[in-house]
Amino acid sequence: MKSSALKHIRTVFAVLVLLLFTFLFVDFRGSLGDKAFGPILYLQFVPSFLKFVIAGVAASTGFIIILILTLLTGRTYCSFLCPLGILQDVISRVGGLVKRRFRKYGYKKPYTILRYFILVVTAGILAIGGVYVLTILDPYSTFGRLMTYFVQPVVLFINNILAGILGKFDIYSVYRVDIKPYELAAYIIPAAFLFLTGLLAFRYGRLYCNTVCPVGTLLGLLSKVSLFRIRFEEDKCSRCGRCAMSCKSSCIDFLNKSVDLSRCVNCFNCIDACKEKGMSYGLVRLKRKQTNPEKTDSSRRGFIAGSLVLLAGGSQLLKAQDTTPSPTRESTVREDRLYPVSPPGSSGIEMFTSRCTACTLCVNACPTNVLQPSVNQYGFAGIMQPRMDFHSGFCNYDCTRCTDVCPTGAIMPLMLEAKKLTQIGKAVFIKENCIVHTEKTACGACSEHCPTKACHMVPYEGRLVIPEVKDEICIGCGACEYACPTRPFRAIFVDGNPIHEAASKPETEELKEVPSEFPF
Amino acid sequence: MKRRNFLRSSIGAGLAAGAFMSFGGYEKAFAGKRLPSGADYDLIAVMGGEPAAMFDMGIQALGGMGTFVKKGQKVLVKPNIGWDVVPEKGGNTSPALVKRIIEHCYRAGAKEVYVFDNTCDNWIKCYKNSGIEQAVKDAGAKIVPGNSENYYQEINIPNGKKLTKAKVHELVLSSDVFINVPILKHHSSAMMTGALKNMMGVVWDRGYWHRNNLNQCIADYALYSKKPNLNVMDAYNVMMRNGPRGVSVADLSNMKSLMLSTDWVAIDAAGAKMMGKEPSSVEHITLAAGMGIGKMDLATMNIHRMKM
Repeated sequence: MKSSALKHIRTVFAVLVLLLFTFLFVDFRGSLGDKAFGPILYLQFVPSFLKFVIAGVAASTGFIIILILTLLTGRTYCSFLCPLGILQDVISRVGGLVKRRFRKYGYKKPYTILRYFILVVTAGILAIGGVYVLTILDPYSTFGRLMTYFVQPVVLFINNILAGILGKFDIYSVYRVDIKPYELAAYIIPAAFLFLTGLLAFRYGRLYCNTVCPVGTLLGLLSKVSLFRIRFEEDKCSRCGRCAMSCKSSCIDFLNKSVDLSRCVNCFNCIDACKEKGMSYGLVRLKRKQTNPEKTDSSRRGFIAGSLVLLAGGSQLLKAQDTTPSPTRESTVREDRLYPVSPPGSSGIEMFTSRCTACTLCVNACPTNVLQPSVNQYGFAGIMQPRMDFHSGFCNYDCTRCTDVCPTGAIMPLMLEAKKLTQIGKAVFIKENCIVHTEKTACGACSEHCPTKACHMVPYEGRLVIPEVKDEICIGCGACEYACPTRPFRAIFVDGNPIHEAASKPETEELKEVPSEFPF
Repeated sequence: MKRRNFLRSSIGAGLAAGAFMSFGGYEKAFAGKRLPSGADYDLIAVMGGEPAAMFDMGIQALGGMGTFVKKGQKVLVKPNIGWDVVPEKGGNTSPALVKRIIEHCYRAGAKEVYVFDNTCDNWIKCYKNSGIEQAVKDAGAKIVPGNSENYYQEINIPNGKKLTKAKVHELVLSSDVFINVPILKHHSSAMMTGALKNMMGVVWDRGYWHRNNLNQCIADYALYSKKPNLNVMDAYNVMMRNGPRGVSVADLSNMKSLMLSTDWVAIDAAGAKMMGKEPSSVEHITLAAGMGIGKMDLATMNIHRMKM
């Protein structure tokens, strides 16, 4: 195909995908049904891969489709389906509009060693059971974080201004949502990647995708042997160089009339840019061998050997930082918290932290804001992975939203009835902090909010009642901790279950007879 | 069948009244002999019907909604929508009751009727699953969010012992008529929740109340000058234990009752009694009565009891 329609099809498709994924991460109203998330996220490479390989969900075959798609067509994924890639296209487009000389397109050599090193390290760490490097580098998750951390607050700000104006006219369909920042340290990595991807895209197009992104590098390996590819029409090319100057991947060497397929992301800009129709996209043509094998092999092999050595050492270092968090007893926190609380459906802390890439989709989808990015609660390697923060909210009893949206299998779907019996932690009462004990006045906010009445009130001094916790029916939803009014330390808090347990059903007895007359 | 007939006849009567009389005339037609208002009753108690039908009966005995709502006024109806539970669980005010109250307000000439609550569970889920959002919309009123501090304004309670300041929802300040529609329930900390306790849903910082003598704060808030003009207590399915959220429907007692009063201490005293408690055993009732906010001695009250 020589038509420049390819580029336009790509542009329209990509814009739609970008809008959809942006919406996914900034939608604070929960407009999408629980069932909508699965199909939308099905083709995202890393989540699909993790869900298949680590969580063992056989139906999560999206990544296989992407692999086949790449073998057939090249890195179509990067331009059509990867939200971070498309976002970078938008940024580099803006870069081009602002000042063309800022944008450094044109052929450049690839950072071969660096990109394969990153790929091997990411894959290697993953192979020995650690998702943490992938958490930082997965393009889908990186995109999600950029949206959640930086774009959603802007959307909320605009929404709140609008809500204020409409409220004056008695219109309440647009409602205010308070903007609540996360813990500051959770912003470090997203901010660094905002800067990195933003700057690289602004000046160098797809340099990030072709150097840092492990998915890009992996698909690049496959696209070298893809069936369909970009190629020069030797007889038509006049070596004007327009193709190279329009190439976001800087992968067209027009003097040698060659395209570095490992970096080409199928944006089709070159086809569009060529006045002579000298570029086309089509079925591979078999050529006589021209390249000398020595050139490709020596450096790459050396580096692979080197990175494997590094990997062995690095893995040991990271392993020492076990994902299972250590007790924080020695800290100043008076609530003697031994474990953080992982979301229902995650089965336990270790399971969760080994599968979650911190894309923040659940953080957005959660209607109560109880899911918050962690800092060091799961250990340093678990940074940004969401935890249940009962100072921000509590887990709604009749809700399974996070289990429905998670694309990586870190939070597996739970039926509502099962969720209501999933004990993610246990409430611990600290009498010394309790208002009833210290002030000798009624409170009971904890018991009031408890959906199972695991936290119930028992007689105390005089007419007062004081909380007591029945462990076996507590599900660790944290409503008690959220509602507890004591500061700085709560009188009741939830300590996480490292492995989730099953709670007993609250008992119910029949009531005595219903009055048929007014008792007054 | 009974209920359907009742609704049919009351709708018929309403249509007839609408066709032949002005609003004032309509109110007189329903007020019967008890003109000009039912103010000499301390408490109206209705038993045996569905919530909406019992309200129809009860409000007639008070002289109709026109006693409270005048033409062109803005009305705030404040039900309890605290929990993300379905109506059958008895955690929130009956949506059918809320709907019928709104209809009466509009028939009395209200310009606009507003409904909100500062919920405990996620507010969107509460509004939706309580059935109240739909009921309010069906009745043509406005359901208003209460989820952001921006909606709340600071007020003073000069004589409060513990609570001297509070941030209340702007609708409390901007409405002309305030109708308080609590659901009667057991409450783990305040022992019961009714009309007085329902005010914890019009303020922003409930935690302050819990930290500073909950029962005193509940009573103190009742001193605030903007009081409900009418209290309607839903006692249809009364949560007898595990309140205020409830664990299962087994916690409910199907009392099929409704109370109306302009005195919110009186209505809470009656509520306590319905639940088998002495009003004097509920601290915030005792405190409020002691501060002269209302009456709690049911024996000396003029109570109009009705059975359907």
